[in-house]
Amino acid sequence: MSKKIFSGPFLAFMLCGTIIPLGVIAYYGITDRSGAFTFENIKAITTGEHWEALMLALMLALISTVICLLIAFPLGLILKDSKLGKKGFMVFIFILPMWMNFLLRTMAWQVLLEKNGIINQVLGFIGLPSLHIINTPAAVVLGMVYDYLPFMILPIYNALIKIDKNVIEAAYDLGAGFRQVLQKVIIPLSVPGIVSGITMGFVPSLTTFAVSNILGGGKVNLIGNIIEHEFTTGSNWNLGAGLSLVMMIFIVISMALIEKFDRNGEGNII
Amino acid sequence: MRQMALIELVDISKSFDGELVLDEFNLKIKENEFITLLGPSGCGKTTTLRILGGFETPDTGRVMFQGEDITDLAPNKRQINTVFQKYALFPNMNIAENIAFGLKISGKSKEYIKDKVKYALKLVNLSGYEKRSVDSLSGGQQQRIAIARAIVNEPRVLLLDEPLGALDLKLRQEMQYELIRLKNELGITFLYVTHDQEEALTMSDKVVVMNQGYIQQMGTPEEIYNEPENAFVADFIGDSNIIDGVMMEDRIVKICGCVFPCIDEGFGKKKPVDVVIRPEDIIIGKPGEGILDGVVTSNVFIGVHYEMCIEAGGFEWLAQNTVSYPVGQKVSIRVTPENIQIMNKPQSEDEEALALDE
Ligand SMILES: Nc1ncnc2c1ncn2[C@@H]1O[C@H](COP(=O)(O)OP(=O)(O)OP(=O)(O)O)[C@@H](O)[C@H]1O
Ligand SMILES: [Mg+2]
Repeated sequence: MSKKIFSGPFLAFMLCGTIIPLGVIAYYGITDRSGAFTFENIKAITTGEHWEALMLALMLALISTVICLLIAFPLGLILKDSKLGKKGFMVFIFILPMWMNFLLRTMAWQVLLEKNGIINQVLGFIGLPSLHIINTPAAVVLGMVYDYLPFMILPIYNALIKIDKNVIEAAYDLGAGFRQVLQKVIIPLSVPGIVSGITMGFVPSLTTFAVSNILGGGKVNLIGNIIEHEFTTGSNWNLGAGLSLVMMIFIVISMALIEKFDRNGEGNII
Repeated sequence: MRQMALIELVDISKSFDGELVLDEFNLKIKENEFITLLGPSGCGKTTTLRILGGFETPDTGRVMFQGEDITDLAPNKRQINTVFQKYALFPNMNIAENIAFGLKISGKSKEYIKDKVKYALKLVNLSGYEKRSVDSLSGGQQQRIAIARAIVNEPRVLLLDEPLGALDLKLRQEMQYELIRLKNELGITFLYVTHDQEEALTMSDKVVVMNQGYIQQMGTPEEIYNEPENAFVADFIGDSNIIDGVMMEDRIVKICGCVFPCIDEGFGKKKPVDVVIRPEDIIIGKPGEGILDGVVTSNVFIGVHYEMCIEAGGFEWLAQNTVSYPVGQKVSIRVTPENIQIMNKPQSEDEEALALDE
């Protein structure tokens, strides 16, 4: 009885914050401007420009997630065993940017990467050719990695420090070398952290429009930019909502794939 | 002829955060020996095993294996397996995979591994548990899997850190028996850790009694029990009466103002000593029949015999007897000379430790 009372606010929040907005989006997504039922907004994803934007978004999100993972996991391993890591200080340093405004951080990269930005000035000063990645997909990936890396580090680090030290020692004791310990014990046991790290990095990269706007200079068009455009300047809410629905489906599918991959991974351990 | 030591710990010292845990620790283990480290909690038993297993580097001193220095050798390169005090099973694998881990690493065939897993499970009384997950097992079952996981590899040396601590008495006795059988069958050298003195005495060829990083006494179970070298060992191994006495001359000791004949010699004259008498060695009789008269102050039945306290000569004697004497009864006590154990009094703590560490 009392449990029901306590869960009340959460139910109310879920209703107002999740279910009603979702319903509204779904409603817009399957109707046209006059309110008549239609699948056109959903089908629109297959048209050239939209499909290209979706594929580009998927690809960049995938690349940035892989890069994040390749940085975050070894870093987590190092932090786990370092004396400073135990006190959480190093982790704190790596997480620090997370607390700075996201747009500000991205804009900082714009300034750094500009044609006459700081990086190119430094490169020019020491006589190296200048870097032309601003307004290219590479700059967008860089921005994504920089923005979402802390979100990847935190869950992976947390999963790694939770692994019982004795269990790792037992693996060495039974003759395993570092690679085998990593493969058979550490990675399988940190899967939950890796999964939430991927989720935290992949999903926002896939749907972003801010990073591509700022670092892509309008030349890198991701699905997020198109949806944003429909809701703002294009003012076709129905199309925007329809495309968002498709995105959601994509995200659900990717998550399901990741989950499945884990399971297989766990089964393959031996 | 003296057999060469398989393992030798030479002058091992180790401290954590400035606190000395092992101090110039020396130990030789012969091939096929069953050695038990016995001592109170925190005395450095696990630390000793961890240094042998390669998980801790000693601050000073060497670890030798077959005459070779392995102090800096990685744990996975040592022919030593450990049964960890905290089990440390792999939670991401089922029971069969846990047991098979070491065999897979060493590249054994599928058939061999399957047979071995089955054999090991049978040995620890858990046949049919192959597919179970680690957290579906009770503490005692996990502990037995940890034993199985270590022994399937048939290492030269097996380190066991309180491997039966979570088992009930009956199962513990069964497992003790199995472990000894296994040791003889496979010819594995055992270094065993326990704080259960009964377990240490029943299983080992040699018992090492430790306290605060020092070896207090090393010897066969009989030697440790019957001839404790100091008050700590006497107190730690079994119940005992440790009484201040004065060695009057050879074979005569004065306790509580009365003269007891004993068999020890060479302590000198009028030398203060510690006297150890086991409770089961106290012979209770009618008043006037023994050496000291006293009165029974408590009486508890502890299975097989009664444990009584007898106030006599200003000392509370602990006595065990199959005959019960009610509280308040006047009795006498005496002890046959060979059951009186005389020990030098420690001069100072440091000296005591040094003298005993040899
Ligand atoms: N990694 C460590 N860091 C700091 N102190 C430690 C560490 N490992 C052990 N110690 C300390 O060393 C001492 C000996 O520990 P050890 O684990 O060897 O005891 P033990 O004899 O195995 O005790 P128990 O019977 O309780 O298992 C203890 O005081 C313990 O606190
Ligand atoms: Mg211990």
